[in-house]
Amino acid sequence: MPEQKLTGAQIVIKALKDQGVDIIFGYPGGAVLPIYDAIFQQNDIKHILVRHEQAAVHAAEGYARSTGKVGCVLVTSGPGATNAVTGLLDALCDSIPLVCLSGQVPTHLIGNDAFQEADTTGITRPCTKHNYLVKDVNQLARTMHEAFYVARSGRPGPVLVDIPKDVQFADGTYIPPTEVKHKTYRPQVKPEIARVEEAIELIATAKRPIFYTGGGVVNAGPIAAKLLTQFVKMTGFPITSTLMGLGAFPASDPQWLGMLGMHGTYEANLAMYNCDVMINIGARFDDRVTGKLSEFAPGSKKIHVDIDPSSINKNVAVDIPIVGDAGAVLEDMIRIWKARQKRADQTALKEWWGQVEGWRARNCLNYNRTEAVIKPQYALERLREALRGKNHYVTTEVGQHQMWAAQFLPFDEPNRWMTSGGLGTMGYGLPAAIGAQLAHPDAIVVDVSGEASFLMNMQEIGTAVQYRAPVKIFILNNKYMGMVRQWQELLHGSRYSNSYSEALPDFVKLAESWGCVGLRATTVAEVDEVIEKMLAVTDRPCIIDIAVDPKENCFPMIPGGKAHNEILFGPEDSPSDATPEDGMVLV
Amino acid sequence: MEEKIEKHTIAVLVDNEPGVLARVIGLFSGRGYNIESLTVAEVNNADHLSRITLVTSGTRMVVEQIKAQLDRLVPVHKVHDLTDEGPSVERELALVKVAGTGERRIEALRLADIFKAKVVDATLTSFVFELTGTTAEVDDFVGLMAQLGLVEASRTGVVAMSKGPTGF
Ligand SMILES: Cc1ncc(C[n+]2csc(CCOP(=O)(O)OP(=O)(O)O)c2C)c(N)n1
Ligand SMILES: [Mg+2]
Repeated sequence: MPEQKLTGAQIVIKALKDQGVDIIFGYPGGAVLPIYDAIFQQNDIKHILVRHEQAAVHAAEGYARSTGKVGCVLVTSGPGATNAVTGLLDALCDSIPLVCLSGQVPTHLIGNDAFQEADTTGITRPCTKHNYLVKDVNQLARTMHEAFYVARSGRPGPVLVDIPKDVQFADGTYIPPTEVKHKTYRPQVKPEIARVEEAIELIATAKRPIFYTGGGVVNAGPIAAKLLTQFVKMTGFPITSTLMGLGAFPASDPQWLGMLGMHGTYEANLAMYNCDVMINIGARFDDRVTGKLSEFAPGSKKIHVDIDPSSINKNVAVDIPIVGDAGAVLEDMIRIWKARQKRADQTALKEWWGQVEGWRARNCLNYNRTEAVIKPQYALERLREALRGKNHYVTTEVGQHQMWAAQFLPFDEPNRWMTSGGLGTMGYGLPAAIGAQLAHPDAIVVDVSGEASFLMNMQEIGTAVQYRAPVKIFILNNKYMGMVRQWQELLHGSRYSNSYSEALPDFVKLAESWGCVGLRATTVAEVDEVIEKMLAVTDRPCIIDIAVDPKENCFPMIPGGKAHNEILFGPEDSPSDATPEDGMVLV
Repeated sequence: MEEKIEKHTIAVLVDNEPGVLARVIGLFSGRGYNIESLTVAEVNNADHLSRITLVTSGTRMVVEQIKAQLDRLVPVHKVHDLTDEGPSVERELALVKVAGTGERRIEALRLADIFKAKVVDATLTSFVFELTGTTAEVDDFVGLMAQLGLVEASRTGVVAMSKGPTGF
């Protein structure tokens, strides 16, 4: 191929095209104007103009998580880049593949405190999987391709490429992705077979086994989720998953125990506590899941499959560590299980299921059903019924509504559920919903929101209107930062310090001012009605204000620092002695 | 057993590119690991590779985490735990400035001779000694000089290499 001279800005666009990018979320500014000019002069890549750079990153996350592709972001230098930081860290915590391009002041001004200069690579170093500052236009194409490779390979994550303005103007040579091979980065995908064999032997002798799966299965792609389902069905074992892993195994299957962890189900948490063999696939023993470490599944042997070797033995020492891609490992597991003609210990398993069903019968997600006030759980149950059988995606904000959504909205497929798990970023849901909606124009996309979280990125309604993204913002309006209020009840003598949502707007009028549809339900009878109306809107965003019980709390709950068998079921479980002193310091 | 604190010398081969040291140091500060010493210099000009020698301490689980976290950095080629991988040699270089006259000056010179330190600068009232040795030897020497007019000590921190014919 003959050498082509292009400007840096053109190289950026060509690299994006060659990487299969069709949408980029961004916001212009002085230091990226050459790239914006190059965007103007082409039609292959659609630029989505957000209203705040944080939202650009969350939108790219929603796009990435609902498609399995790398999400793409473009921001200017200085404030553009710093606004993107929260989103980048969010993507790092949840292992979401992104490439974020940021403009930088011209190379000769770097370090001079120039206008809108920020040490972007310095600021984002701990918030990205990797980052680059490109000072030579001839390194730009290579760096772009490397960035995509690093973002999607191994444990995925956000990668930032900082491009000084003079580099965007300069002429340089383009090279295609095929000519770029990374010098060092080769994550291990295929597992060590001996380890998998060891795991299979242990699994086959288990008497009280459980699968504990996480976002790693979703990240490994739909095939991994299929293989997981196949293996779980072959063994007949119960399965639970983290917040991040929901949907990888069908929630409608009887082997599914629901989510585990702080607001997980009784049956999932007790099965974890009492298991003798734990098969962790793509989860990371996060503190929301383990609770008190010294009493985490005390009598169990643990298998841990993770693509990131640093996740293994970080919080919890395991017996059989397996480094590899969840899909590749599951494939080997199934093959070896079959080849060795393994069969679970049926007698033991029957007894174990008996125990598990006993816990399940406790019906821990039950709530006080009433006609007097809309319970948030009820609103979500009705939403669930309305969405059943329809092509839909759900994002959430952060708070009680997020946990209720995880408990009450079941998913039978991966990539349908998007929530900010690791960082817990209020304001994630609306831009993520827009990203998912733009990737799936014909699907129903709902952002399950709280009134406080919604305000954190509500400017993005403008984006949704501009691009006719008919996202549904389903606000469970309890007039409180409910999750904060719940912790204040549990730990701080119900002193509601600054957790009341004062001075809220009229959400219906707010919607109308943007040309959207605004709906409100204040009585139980109105809930179905507004959901039906909401689903009928297909050409513009819709804000649904559901006035829910302001006092409702999210249960079950394992207070910080407590073990899995010390679960609170509802308000009748006294909160005063719920948390030991050492648990109070935990978040 | 779990709680025992171990001291480990770790050699890391990295791409010599901007920010790589900041990544390594940021990892240690961000995750609360100890750095007792850190040295770095380019060791392969053609491929722009630098070798970082780190001395760190922690429980076995923490040391394993440190290695895994280092290995996970994109510009890192290799991570070797020299403490785990068999016998190795460790050396430090120190420059030690001592000022004084008379008996103290003579004694400083005499001790320097015993430690095989070289005089790299001399005035009528001072010496700068250059000493290479293990951390303990350098500690001892600096400790003795403290009683004989030590002005300043500058140390490189540990560089290390495995013994025998194979790499690292
Ligand atoms: C950016 C950000 N700031 C603060 C928090 C801490 N926080 C967690 S939940 C929550 C309250 C959320 O209130 P709302 O959106 O109304 O949801 P609810 O809990 O009432 O359902 C807060 C402040 C956070 N997670 N993210
Ligand atoms: Mg609220």
